[in-house]
Amino acid sequence: MTLSELTHSTGEWLRGVGSYSDVVISSRIRLARNLASMPFLSTATVEERTNIYQTLAKAIGEVSNGSNALLIDIENAEAIDRHLLVERHLISRQHAVAEGSRGVSISPTETLALMINEEDHLRIQALRSGLQLEDAWSEVNEVDDKIGKNLTYAFDQQFGFLTVCPTNVGTGIRVSVMVHLPALKLTKEIERVDRAARDMRLAVRGMYGEGTEAVGDLYQISNQTTLGRHEEEIIDDFSGKIIPRIAEYELTARDSLAKHRGAQVDDKIWRAYGALANARCISSEETLNLLSAIRMGIHMGRLDLIDIPKLNEIFLFTQPAHMQKRHGAPLTGEERAVKRADYIRKQMVA
Amino acid sequence: MSLVCDNCQEAKATVHITDTIPEKRERHLCKQCAEREGVLIKQTHQTTADILQEFIKHKAGVGEMDDKSCPQCGMTFREFRMKGQLGCPHDYEAFRSFLLPLIERAHNGGSHHVGKVPGSAGSDAKHRTELTRLRRELDEAVRNEQYEDAARIRDRMHILETEVSETS
Repeated sequence: MTLSELTHSTGEWLRGVGSYSDVVISSRIRLARNLASMPFLSTATVEERTNIYQTLAKAIGEVSNGSNALLIDIENAEAIDRHLLVERHLISRQHAVAEGSRGVSISPTETLALMINEEDHLRIQALRSGLQLEDAWSEVNEVDDKIGKNLTYAFDQQFGFLTVCPTNVGTGIRVSVMVHLPALKLTKEIERVDRAARDMRLAVRGMYGEGTEAVGDLYQISNQTTLGRHEEEIIDDFSGKIIPRIAEYELTARDSLAKHRGAQVDDKIWRAYGALANARCISSEETLNLLSAIRMGIHMGRLDLIDIPKLNEIFLFTQPAHMQKRHGAPLTGEERAVKRADYIRKQMVA
Repeated sequence: MSLVCDNCQEAKATVHITDTIPEKRERHLCKQCAEREGVLIKQTHQTTADILQEFIKHKAGVGEMDDKSCPQCGMTFREFRMKGQLGCPHDYEAFRSFLLPLIERAHNGGSHHVGKVPGSAGSDAKHRTELTRLRRELDEAVRNEQYEDAARIRDRMHILETEVSETS
């Protein structure tokens, strides 16, 4: 498997299946782990950092033996490839732009990504489409067990798994669910979701995680408490309460829009379609916002000219690194805008 | 229906209260008036990062611990306060008593780890996952008055709980 091969398909998290897939785009679980015998990356020397990288790369290699996983040396990877991995949610933005020895191991189906030397020595994450947290957890848990057998993790009886930042200590788990909430945004009820989430000590972020704005009505909801609760308890809260509640709330808002403001909603959806089908140059942000209206239209049964898999393909392939990787050469922002519009127009009539 | 606040007669009423004692009456208040009357508790929203930042900025009483350093990595508590990141796993030991209040605040009162421990067998975690699911199903069965199902679920939970407590 090579990185270029990845650009032919959308990857697991955009398959558009799983529970509540009309609202929930994807589920992700990550565990933060550090080696007991090494300093954290905040104080590690260049040699120590390299040593950590090699130790973990070897351990991951042994665990994923025969699974055809791809280990990417992020330090020496091209900028375009690093951004491609961010767009595919396989590494964080911080990991893409940081310095020093670091990498990621990706499973062929892109459901599993292990980041080496991100903020912590190791971050094990599993991605799934729709609401499939139990499945993601069982994969992460198993890999963690296997790696933990051969290495000694930094662990304390009271504080649990030790992390660079005390906000991740304990289980080291972060559960994140990406939800699409266009109707709540339109009816201006999104603030209430935001407030309710914060009351439950959940973080609400944009599509690319920490410090990013919500584009295309996509929000990532994640836990902040990692100490004092079982992993399964945290996961169960998301699967059984938090996400179903948010999803029901969004679906109710969609029903209400259909009932009371049908013409305005259709106008928004079909204008978005018209713009995408006719644009001659378009930014990725505008694309994401217009695709949001179309995604809502498809799920509300008000537009059937394209389907969700096709929409997800456009969603991913029109992002800057994907555009350039698929084109095979660097493109300026202006060139991308024209090429993006050309590509979308073709998809809309196809 | 858009109501005006009964109290200030200006802002839109968004809080609706039905008193039943001493007699039934309805009141409609705006957010500010409801907060002033104590009907609505003023919410402050903090992310964990905010809490950490606030703690780090809060210098009172930390003077004497600032120069304490970790014997393993040499990081001082002052450096941690500036960066928000610890230097090595041993820092948790070296700064334990200073870190505890911060950690409790960041984790909603949580001060002790529960959950996976290194080297723990996977089956224990699987049992716990199933237990959590069964607990939810049990609640639902009771709510729907499906007592036969509830009894069956309770039996299964009992077996799992015994197995979990034996292995841990």
